[in-house]
Amino acid sequence: MNHTRRNFLKFAGLTAAGLCVASAGGVMAAGAGATYKEGAQALKAKRWGMVIDSKKVGTKEAIDVLAKACHDVHNVPNIPGKQNIMWIWAAGFEQAFDQPNNFMDEGLEKRQFPILCNHCTNAPCVRVCPTQATYKRPDGIVAMDYHRCIGCRYCMAGCPFGARSFNFMEPRLHLDVTKLNKDFPTRMRGVVEKCNFCVERLAQGKQPACVEVSNGAVVYGDLSDPNSEIRKILREHYTIRRKPSLGTEPSVYYII
Amino acid sequence: MKLYNGGKIITGLVIFLGIFLAPLAYNAGKAAYSQPKLKMPENEKECIESKEFMRTKHMQLLNDWRDASLRDGTRVYVNSKGKEFEMSLQKTCMKCHTNKAEFCDKCHNDAAVVPYCWDCHIQPEGLKK
Repeated sequence: MNHTRRNFLKFAGLTAAGLCVASAGGVMAAGAGATYKEGAQALKAKRWGMVIDSKKVGTKEAIDVLAKACHDVHNVPNIPGKQNIMWIWAAGFEQAFDQPNNFMDEGLEKRQFPILCNHCTNAPCVRVCPTQATYKRPDGIVAMDYHRCIGCRYCMAGCPFGARSFNFMEPRLHLDVTKLNKDFPTRMRGVVEKCNFCVERLAQGKQPACVEVSNGAVVYGDLSDPNSEIRKILREHYTIRRKPSLGTEPSVYYII
Repeated sequence: MKLYNGGKIITGLVIFLGIFLAPLAYNAGKAAYSQPKLKMPENEKECIESKEFMRTKHMQLLNDWRDASLRDGTRVYVNSKGKEFEMSLQKTCMKCHTNKAEFCDKCHNDAAVVPYCWDCHIQPEGLKK
C-alpha cells in the first residue's frame, strides 16, 4: 500500500467520523424515531377571540364567578393589597375603555366589565420581551413560557391594558395548597403572569374556564372563520374593544 | 545538585500532598458508591423510552417537551415504538412515578443537582404548608 499523506488523512478522517457516529448512535438509538404531534381532540383556530356580553356579566359578583373559575383552574393566588395576581377581574367603563363621558347613561356608568389579557395581534409585550418568554402562537394566543421569564417586567410596562401581574412574593404562600389543580403548575416568585386564553384546556378539547361558567355571556371562537358563532355574534351586536387607538388589535370584544 | 530552600519546599510538598490526598484517606475502607435504589412504578413496567435513554437524556427530553407543547402546540409524544403519550410532567411522568422523594430526589441528591422543576410544578405528593 502506498503510504501517502493523502491516504493517512483519509483514514484518520474516516476513523474519527466513525467514532462520533458510534458513540452518538448508542445513546440516541433509543430516542430516535420519536415524533411530536397535535392531540386528536385539540380545538384549533387561526385566530382565537372572545366576545363578552357586558349586559349579562355587568356586576362585580357575576365577574367574580368567572374570576374564581379561572383562578382555581390556574392556581392563581389571592394576595391582599396591591401585589395581587389577577388573570381576569372587574373594572368600570372609564378604567376599561379609557373613554370618559360626562353624561353617561346610568346603567353603563355603574356597569362592571371583565378585564383580561386581550391577546393582541400586535402585542407590545411580545415585542419587548428580551427572552422571548412571551410569544405569539400561530393561533393568535399570546402565551408565556414561565421557564424563560427573568422577571424584568418590560412586558408590564409595554402592556397598555395592565393585564399582567408580577409575582413579588412566593405565590404558594397565598394559595390553599390542599386545593390546587394538580394538572396545572403554579408560578414562582419573580415571574410575570397573565391570562393564557386557556391554551391547556383547548389542547384537551375544552372551552376556557370562564366561558364554561358564564352561561353564554362569554363566547369563544375562531375570529378568522366567517361561519363561527363568535363572528355571528359580532355581526349581530355593537361591540367595542379596549383602547383601539393604540393599534394593538385586541381579540377580546365587548357587547355594550 | 543543591536544593535551595529545601526544607521549606519539602515541607510544603508534604502539606500539599497531605491535603490533596485527604479525601482518599478519608474514604479509604468505606463501601464504594452504588447507584441509589429507586422506587419504580408498580403498575407500569416500561417507561416511554428505554431505561438507558431515560437515565441519560430525560433532561433534554423534558426541555424538548416543554418547547414542543408550549410553543408549537404539539402536545402528543409518539415514542420510538409508536405509542402515544401526552407531553406533560405533571400529567404523564408523575402519574406513574408517584413519589418524587423516592424517585427524582434520590439520584439528584447523589449527583448534587438541584433542578427547579418543583418551584412551579406540583409534585404528586402535593404541597405542604
